[in-house]
Amino acid sequence: MRFLFKTDYEDDIRLVPHSGYFVSYGILLALLVIAPFVLSSYIMSQLVFVCIYATVGVGLLILTGFTGQASLGHAAFLAIGAYTAAYLQQFNVPFPVYFLTAGLLTGVVGALVGFPALRLQGIYLVIATISFALIVEEILARWESVTNGNEGMRVKTIQMLGTSVPRDSPAFYFLCLGLLILTIVGTLNLLRSPTGRAFVAIRDSETAARSMGINVSLYKVKSFAISAAITGFAGVLFAHKLSFISPEMFTLQLSIEFIIVILIGGTFSLHGAVLGAIFLVMIDPFLTYLKDDMPSVISGMAATLGAGKETAAHVQDKVAAIASANGLKGAIYGIIIVLFVLFEPLGLYGRWLKIKLFFQLFPLYKRATFKRQKIYVKSERNR
Amino acid sequence: MLDFVQQLVSGIALGCVYGLIALGFVLVYKATEVVNFAQGDLMMLGGFFAFTFIGILGLNYWIGFAGAVAAMALFGMLAERVVVRPILGYPQFSIIMATIGLGYFLRSVVGMIWGTDDFKIETPFSQGVLRIGSLVLAYDKLSVIAATVILCALLYLFFNRTTLGTAMRASSENMLAAYYMGIPVKRVVSIVWAISAAVATCAGVLLAPITFIHSNVGLVLGLKAFPAAVLGGFGSIPGAVVGGVLIGVIESMAGFYLAQGWKDVAPYIVLLVVLLLKPEGLFGVHMRKKV
Repeated sequence: MRFLFKTDYEDDIRLVPHSGYFVSYGILLALLVIAPFVLSSYIMSQLVFVCIYATVGVGLLILTGFTGQASLGHAAFLAIGAYTAAYLQQFNVPFPVYFLTAGLLTGVVGALVGFPALRLQGIYLVIATISFALIVEEILARWESVTNGNEGMRVKTIQMLGTSVPRDSPAFYFLCLGLLILTIVGTLNLLRSPTGRAFVAIRDSETAARSMGINVSLYKVKSFAISAAITGFAGVLFAHKLSFISPEMFTLQLSIEFIIVILIGGTFSLHGAVLGAIFLVMIDPFLTYLKDDMPSVISGMAATLGAGKETAAHVQDKVAAIASANGLKGAIYGIIIVLFVLFEPLGLYGRWLKIKLFFQLFPLYKRATFKRQKIYVKSERNR
Repeated sequence: MLDFVQQLVSGIALGCVYGLIALGFVLVYKATEVVNFAQGDLMMLGGFFAFTFIGILGLNYWIGFAGAVAAMALFGMLAERVVVRPILGYPQFSIIMATIGLGYFLRSVVGMIWGTDDFKIETPFSQGVLRIGSLVLAYDKLSVIAATVILCALLYLFFNRTTLGTAMRASSENMLAAYYMGIPVKRVVSIVWAISAAVATCAGVLLAPITFIHSNVGLVLGLKAFPAAVLGGFGSIPGAVVGGVLIGVIESMAGFYLAQGWKDVAPYIVLLVVLLLKPEGLFGVHMRKKV
């Protein structure tokens, strides 16, 4: 077990706490770099989605996890990024230009949303961001001269440095991976800067933060803008990956999926966004597996347990019917959310920390280390 | 003018449904400071229970109605026991997420059991209209309005005049202090969930003749009920119904007089304006914590 002996503040905010990080993250990076040359194109496509979702997750973590402002409207920011890219692309604007424009524009919109959100807290903020997202969705469907309405927009392949980057090429994957890594490193740097500490202070207690001299309004707007801008950048790549965008892709459902990403991963660390994104993207292949393979597997198990042939066939039909039922995905989402909130509120990364601590302290681990305090005297209404 | 009154009445009827869902939000919020994002889905499930009792089993309308309300009250208690009670006392965001998850689950399970088609319940109010001069008012819409007024009055009296209602308000202010005062907080919360599920069921059954019941109806109407609850001031029972009626009227007027598309966003624009100008709503009490 390694003890980090910190003697001054510089030690505490170091980006790389000890040299072990270079080894573990170096290996991870090397694996990610050789991945497109080893893995199948289907898995690569899933990895691209993991990168995009994780980028949005990091953006959402800045706002929800570190500034404590819940948002159920991030699909709208993603949509603004995606539509800006698709619109500018029609006029042959080069990729780097519209990429940056989309991010900046989304950031500005985020700041504009942040201003009214200053007065809101808790559920009111959640409801306000939902309303914002629903209004944006309706605007996308109605502003036909720009967004082409419900018919949607085609997004051409990226043209950069004289070559084209098709959406299933390794280059596109590296673009997404690069954006994710840049976002993560940038966010880590942000969080150890005065701005990031102000965010965390606001999350923990707005009153205390204000009395320490933090300009709460300014930092909340900043947090909204940064979070939205990151989501906007991800939106450009999202549009290119799908190659076709329409308003019904950016619904409340998508916003909830982003919240699921950080909820499952863990809202207190950037690891959470990546773990949550991997988990969420894996749900679809898992459902396909359920539909295709699960019935025969279960009937095989029934057969080995001594059930007759007819019973086994019956079981197979039943399982197949359940697995291919409409809306199974919704039920699985619902169960996952409820189970995580009830039993693993710190998310997958929290579970990892618990396992790590268990082995570090081997015979002395106590469950209560991670126990959250329940507060029954709160009244979020009169804050 | 006639068109205007016609739109007004249908707006009020629709608004009463929003108001009934918003009443569910308000009840749970008043007692536990939790917002139940699955309220609309409870309404949908109640509608399906009633459909099963009346449409499939062929029971009398009133017996089926009462059966659905009772079944949903039990279901509300069950949902509270399984999903909400373990996380009571944790940050609001956890509970919001848990109820969103519950809503997802209910929608998809209902879709699996009853299918995703539209269903209709035959009610005594389905046919027949009331004619006042040249004004034509359908009974199904009037029944919604009447039921809303009665339910709202009953709940208002319950909260302000009975011991149990006072206990609920006390446990909302401070659960720990209420517990020390001898209020069985757990049972109180459980009863509140039962009542709000029952109110949601009333909304679902009354709604069935107007818009059909399908597995996503709860999501659509639940989202519209948020503006209603916020406009009325989260935490005020008459406010929820007044807010619901206002939102319903605004929506139906916007659909009639403004270009296409305004109908769907008008409630949310109103919501954002209210949140900006008067976040405590029309009937809400503005409270500040003394530090």
